[in-house]
Amino acid sequence: MFAIACRGEHATLADVTDALPIPVTSRRDQIVAGVRDSFAAGLGMYPIGIAFGLLVVQSGLPWWMAPGLSIAGFAGSLELLVVGLAAAATPLATIALTTFLVNFRHVFYAFSFPLHVVRGRGARVYSMYALIDEAWAVAAATPEKWTGPRLLSMQLAYQAYWVSGGLTGVLVAGLMPGPVEGLEFALCALFVTLTLDAARSRREVPTMLLAALSFAGGLAVAPDDALFVAMLAFVALLAVRHLATVRLRPAGDARA
Amino acid sequence: MPDPGYLLAILGIVFGITFALRALPFAVLGPLRESRLVRSMSGWMPAGVLLILAASTFRSSAADDRLWQTLVAVAVTAAVHVAAGRRTLLSVGAGTLTFVLLVNVV
Repeated sequence: MFAIACRGEHATLADVTDALPIPVTSRRDQIVAGVRDSFAAGLGMYPIGIAFGLLVVQSGLPWWMAPGLSIAGFAGSLELLVVGLAAAATPLATIALTTFLVNFRHVFYAFSFPLHVVRGRGARVYSMYALIDEAWAVAAATPEKWTGPRLLSMQLAYQAYWVSGGLTGVLVAGLMPGPVEGLEFALCALFVTLTLDAARSRREVPTMLLAALSFAGGLAVAPDDALFVAMLAFVALLAVRHLATVRLRPAGDARA
Repeated sequence: MPDPGYLLAILGIVFGITFALRALPFAVLGPLRESRLVRSMSGWMPAGVLLILAASTFRSSAADDRLWQTLVAVAVTAAVHVAAGRRTLLSVGAGTLTFVLLVNVV
């Protein structure tokens, strides 16, 4: 019932029913609920998928790289980056390192994702494979409301939006007379909105300062590999911060 | 057009690394769930990594003498996002449209 408390004073009767911790609904109702859970993020994923499909074709890559990357990776921001890297014939080792660094944040999703509700080996493998930012954010926000069918149907819906968005982009690109300059800005815009969503509380200020410092350091030390250096520096600074917090307040929690 | 073998290798690399990063922690880090280092890192990392990625894509976008266009488009994205109820589709759409117009028309 924590979900109700978190939603504040606007909780209605519908919210209360929605948030019942032990679902007594049928499998079909759970699947419908999962698809409904997917709508909000899906509204963003389908159009960004179209921009991604357009970018694949306009970068001079074959059309099948759009569904190919969306099935191999299923990681929107990385896919957009890889399109640029592949078009520039970047060495595979650099692409591997970029994939590792950009997707490394997923390592931490395991701690708050309700995988335990998913039954069956194949279903569990799919649920881990499809652990995208949106699925993690929506599932971790109200961890107690999930059932296996609900979680899986949400994740399958996300992938359907993303893959079909990419294919739509590929089709639209074929109908256009020439490339549209500037579409790649969608990726920057996406990260700006995700940053704004992640940094809503004042508690995030030290984290943001450390991240900004890391990026400035990356630019100064290695302008050609600023992203790589910035990520390493950020992780190192967080480790130092953790040690400092533990030393200052041995019995307190480490979040402050 | 790039060599299909090169592109297939990219797909394999992207799949292997991404799946490992998502799945392995469930098996390997289970016992570390209570570790204070892991808990503080998982709380701190997302916002900072996103800021670094935003800064990095900003830099790519601002290259080729597009600094002011990028600044304006980021401002539009952020303003729409905060003012119109944090609807990603709307904010990303408005920002991208602004940038495309500034680059092609102005």
